[in-house]
Amino acid sequence: MNKREFIKNVAGATAGLAALGFGAASMAASTQLNNTTVRPQNAVEQRRRDRFPNVPLLTHEGKEVRFYDDLIKDKAVFINFMYARCGNICPGMTVNLKRLENEFGGRVGRDIFMYSITLEPEHDTVPMLKAYAENFDAGPGWKFLTGTKDDIELLRRKLGFVNSDPVLDQDKTEHIGTLKYGIEPLERWGACPALANPKAIAQYFYWMEPNGTRPVHGFAYPQAEKVSQQQRERVKHTM
Amino acid sequence: MSKKIINSTYSGKQEKAVARYMQEVRDIVAAKLSRRDLLKLGLTASAGGLVSVSGTAFFPNLAVAGASNIHISPPCNKPWTDLLPIPKTCVPAAGDVFSGPPEDHYGCKEKDNRWHPGMNDYYDFKEGRTESHQRWDELGGSAAITARYELMAKEIDWNFYSDVEYPGFNSKVWTYVDLNSDAIGVLRIKAQYQKPIIMRMYNGLPKNGNDNQGFGINQITPHLHNAHNPHTSDGGPMRFYDSGTWWDHWYPNIRAGFASTHKNGTTYNGNWCPGDWQETQSTFWFHDHRFDFTAPNVYKGLASFYTLFSDDIKLDTDDETTGLRLPSGEYDIPMLITDKSFDSTGQMFWDPFMTEGFLGDQQTVNFKIKPKLYVKRRKYRIRFLNAGPSRFIEVSLSNNSNFTRIANCGNLLPKAQIVPSIRLGVAERGDVIVDFSQYAPGTEFYLENRLEQISGQGTTGKRLASSDKTRLLKFIVSDEAVMDESADMSTLQTQTMVPMPVTAKNPAVKKRSFSFSSLNGAWVVNDKLFDPGVISAYPVDGTSELWTLKSGGGWSHPIHIHFEEFQLVSRNGKASNLDIEDKSRKDVVRIGQAAVGTAGSGEVQLYMQFRDWHGDYPMHCHNVVHEDHAMMVLWKVVPPNDPNAGK
Repeated sequence: MNKREFIKNVAGATAGLAALGFGAASMAASTQLNNTTVRPQNAVEQRRRDRFPNVPLLTHEGKEVRFYDDLIKDKAVFINFMYARCGNICPGMTVNLKRLENEFGGRVGRDIFMYSITLEPEHDTVPMLKAYAENFDAGPGWKFLTGTKDDIELLRRKLGFVNSDPVLDQDKTEHIGTLKYGIEPLERWGACPALANPKAIAQYFYWMEPNGTRPVHGFAYPQAEKVSQQQRERVKHTM
Repeated sequence: MSKKIINSTYSGKQEKAVARYMQEVRDIVAAKLSRRDLLKLGLTASAGGLVSVSGTAFFPNLAVAGASNIHISPPCNKPWTDLLPIPKTCVPAAGDVFSGPPEDHYGCKEKDNRWHPGMNDYYDFKEGRTESHQRWDELGGSAAITARYELMAKEIDWNFYSDVEYPGFNSKVWTYVDLNSDAIGVLRIKAQYQKPIIMRMYNGLPKNGNDNQGFGINQITPHLHNAHNPHTSDGGPMRFYDSGTWWDHWYPNIRAGFASTHKNGTTYNGNWCPGDWQETQSTFWFHDHRFDFTAPNVYKGLASFYTLFSDDIKLDTDDETTGLRLPSGEYDIPMLITDKSFDSTGQMFWDPFMTEGFLGDQQTVNFKIKPKLYVKRRKYRIRFLNAGPSRFIEVSLSNNSNFTRIANCGNLLPKAQIVPSIRLGVAERGDVIVDFSQYAPGTEFYLENRLEQISGQGTTGKRLASSDKTRLLKFIVSDEAVMDESADMSTLQTQTMVPMPVTAKNPAVKKRSFSFSSLNGAWVVNDKLFDPGVISAYPVDGTSELWTLKSGGGWSHPIHIHFEEFQLVSRNGKASNLDIEDKSRKDVVRIGQAAVGTAGSGEVQLYMQFRDWHGDYPMHCHNVVHEDHAMMVLWKVVPPNDPNAGK
């Protein structure tokens, strides 16, 4: 991306957000919407639903979604936080998540979904995130998400990207080092460093699957090596 | 922007492209807020407290119990009404044969069709273990097995609250259950040195897709904390097995050094034993260790006791008329202390997204909130265990009498320590003698935890005033006359028990340093993130090493090293900084904030031997929430001819 393209994206971004009705004024509306969503069938569904704020968000493709209903419910997901203008560290994380996406071969977008939520919704508008996603070659199963500042803050807290030290809590770089992973219908939720070896992260996910691979003799890789080698081949051909 | 451009810069020049992009992005970086700005905004006020959003209570960092008035769980208004559950001793299979297929040290190939409570049907259980046991034949194999236990991890209904106040207020817990007795909840296996046993653990947890009450995973790996065991039996984090499988955990119950530094064995009071008798241990516990899910699975209830006796050398015999004559039988009571939170229906509450640590607002003893225990007028041995998940505790008695402490981390001390209180980081244990004969019948007093902890990060080290909230258990002295054949108190307080193994006999051949810190909110050890495929150290069988553990401070970490107990050499570089309780064999050491008193320890150095068994073991933080966020490294004991030896 050249500078001109970049500035154009930033300029268009604010307008895009405003057009979709996001902002402080729409907060009350979004709370109301929470109550009008599908009524859960039983206590388990209620518990699953209560774990997540069903806030409205925008994907980097400009699509309006509900966090729980559209992104989380009945899905296997990876969730992290980022922000586009974050210096040295975030790009490394995003590159690592790209490697993770490659590890899963074609599964991301089919039965695994990846979500990168911005910590700076005021800057990371739809066009900005779109440019970011394209720059990192994010596939169709990987969404970069923005929303109102309050909704993002709520998500950040609910999802545990917080520090009880208020100074550290205001330091965004403290919230980008972890990645949450889970299989929502089974209510299995784990976490790992976002910069961990992507092969390892993929294994953590498989281990959690009822019929996934398992460590062999206490190790992650003897069996995994073969799989990821194939996946590397596949990735090489498609790029 | 076209796809073509991205591709041309992405492969090969990826890093440069990213750097260039980010350089442009930095053009709009805003000014950062200073600490003072934040304080002005009043942001400190809400930190750590209960936050309520959209009607749902959640705990970014639950900070309750003892420290504040916030109550999330249903209140306990009728304390001291239920009896303390006493862990029942498991019973071996009748005739010492398994009810299923016989053991096979390569892993059993036969299936075992039995009732699977987690799917409410019969099921062909298979053994999950595929690694053979080391030194199996050498240690007598099947013929030497003296007891075969059959346990199952399963979901049961358990009322943590007083049955009087909240009848049938059951939580769905996952515990170990003895299939050959009615032992349930917190159990106890009694074992003896030189008597190998097998604990066959069936995983009968709810099958896939069934309700887990919101947290926990139905895969288990019971770790026998800190037994000197082969890695196939140790219950390491990545040796977990699924619902519908079992695992034969072979516990040889043999002392460290038996195949290395003390091949000819040692003698204590004329009684010979294999290995070094000074490595005799006593109070273990076994708890789930499933990688990344240890915290929720242990919190669900997968934790019990394993008490190892040394009748072979007439030391800690399980008979108060012999050896050290410690109070035994029904007067030897393990107490598992763990804190929990409950929702309005009595179900345990857990937030799978927390990162710093979990502090429940209800502390329990043997899975009961504020129970009572009628004690007879005689001496008792009480084995305290802090089962976490994150809270540090400091047990004391409300009548200000001292404990006679005889063991630390399950290891008998050189000599008893007379102490007013005992601080226990998560997984630490303390065995004490309490003499109730000195109290008049009807006397009542409390076991308390007065240690302040207001965040999952760790304790402040301060002691709170005694109050309703600090009380864990009520002792009521009964008037029943009862025989006490244990040694008299002055003997128990002064006799030599197990002197510290002499480190000079096996001098350290290597020094290593492990620095625990965080990187963008993720844990790193020596600046590296945990990788389950990487072994960070290869100590050589039969040798010893000096390990320095460092922490940046600000947080408290109970660091646990599997395999062998260690000895502390120094805190913050000086042996003189060692606390009285550091002067013992340990398997957990507290570092960081308020490691000792209110003082922090930026670093500790310890001496550890690596003997007899070859294989991989972890070192990790036993604040299990930190552990599940990859605060861990793996290391491996190797023979001297291994290509990695000593690396």
